[in-house]
Amino acid sequence: MSIQRRDFLKALGAAGFGTAVSALPGCATTGGGAGGKVVVIGGGYGGATAAKYIRMWSNGGVDVTLVEPNPEFVSCPLSNLVIGGSKQIADVTVSYDNLAKQHGVRIVRDMATGVDPATRIVRLASGKELAYDRLILSPGVDFMWDNVPSLKNADAQARFPHAWKAGAQTVALRNQLTAMADGGVYAISIPVAPYRCPPGPYERACQVAWYFKRAKPKSKVLILDGNGDVTSKGPLFKKAWAEEYKGIVEYRPNHVLTDVDVVARTAKFEVQDSVKADVLNIVPPQRAGAIARSAGVVTANDRWCDVDFLTFESVKVKDVHVLGDAIQIATGMPKSGHMANQHAKVCAAAVVALLSGQAPNPTPVLTNTCYSFITDKEVVHVCSVHQYDREKKTVLPVPGSGGVSSAMSEIEGRYAFNWAKNIWADTLA
Amino acid sequence: MHPIPLVAAAALAALAAAHATAQGSDPNLARSLAATCANCHGTNGVSVGEVPSLAGRPKDEIVRKMQDFRKGTTPATIMPQLAKGYTDEQIELVAGWFATQKAK
Repeated sequence: MSIQRRDFLKALGAAGFGTAVSALPGCATTGGGAGGKVVVIGGGYGGATAAKYIRMWSNGGVDVTLVEPNPEFVSCPLSNLVIGGSKQIADVTVSYDNLAKQHGVRIVRDMATGVDPATRIVRLASGKELAYDRLILSPGVDFMWDNVPSLKNADAQARFPHAWKAGAQTVALRNQLTAMADGGVYAISIPVAPYRCPPGPYERACQVAWYFKRAKPKSKVLILDGNGDVTSKGPLFKKAWAEEYKGIVEYRPNHVLTDVDVVARTAKFEVQDSVKADVLNIVPPQRAGAIARSAGVVTANDRWCDVDFLTFESVKVKDVHVLGDAIQIATGMPKSGHMANQHAKVCAAAVVALLSGQAPNPTPVLTNTCYSFITDKEVVHVCSVHQYDREKKTVLPVPGSGGVSSAMSEIEGRYAFNWAKNIWADTLA
Repeated sequence: MHPIPLVAAAALAALAAAHATAQGSDPNLARSLAATCANCHGTNGVSVGEVPSLAGRPKDEIVRKMQDFRKGTTPATIMPQLAKGYTDEQIELVAGWFATQKAK
């Protein structure tokens, strides 16, 4: 143990965090329960769920520190309703307090800037260091601004909000829409898959169209898709654009963005003609958050992190687990908040087992449920169940299971709001 | 009893435990499977929303409902599609686990 680490643990002890000292490697709690020290980086659907469930399933035996720079959790799911105007940002914002109060998770409001897997130390922006027995990275995505060169500076990014991380960006996009004159054009540029939340851009187009239909009926929504076709719930979205939003929404496939002309407010493409828009919403290509790079766990296409699906441990770096949108997905596995929560539970069970000297569950199961709002109340779903395949050493969708809605409905709208309440509580309370 | 058989018995027990784990009898399997339901039905099956809680429901009732969803005899939106993703054995385990949970 380094001097810094010892001093840091002592400092934690002095601050009243006595468990840090008793949770050193090898100090398992009585009764064969799990002990040890876990650091979780990132308090989104993946990281927050992992922090809670490790505390819960170890009966408080494992010391868990969650590193998250944001003061509150802002949900990406449902945030398109804020852009449409039927919900406020406060409606999709949840406190982190219950993770500490109900579960004893130590929350450090800081940004992780580096990981040293050899010494098992995480460095924070504040200069502090955290020691771990097992590290869980749930860093979400970073944007590949090199692919949209003119948006590489903060000023340009403020003028062309991605709103693909919920919070200030969501509000900024909403403000641009409310400021836009009737008769204007909103255009959304969608990156080539894989990206965070496959149906999200199409749901957003619906929500902007819902707003235009009521408040700015002469305005248009243009979907400029880098993909050859709608990547999720295609027939359901296309039906909505042809019927509910007839004359408002236009879908254009095969629009791979190359850059933006920030003065002319124009999106430029590999093959297709440039498109000018009054509100230009660029969702850039994505890769695992930067901390994954520092930890050395980025293994797929210099973008994503391959994991062992029994534990979500990196295939490359021992004792480092990766969750959520940052991983190299298995077949049929979307990058969704629901899926990140499910990754977290498989990982939490495995981490608690491993810290107790037991083998992880050899047959994990994950589900996905994703509701998309067509109007403010009417919703469609896609869902799937994924079981571990021992021969292929991956998780695969169960043949004959899963599927989509037959049509949009208000009952699924109620279920969608229920889903949000329960998953926010399951992740954070 | 002589010490040697004791040691042998302990070693055998350890071997058996290791074998059981390798065969997939994770002692927390039911709990972990049930956690796949929590996103919509609440942590430990205690819902804070409109969708019903599963905690404390009789095992037979949950098994019957899941099987009805799978057969298509209960019309619903999402559950028939999800129920088809679980094996009979998994449904039994999940239902048994929820039945033992405290309803709040």
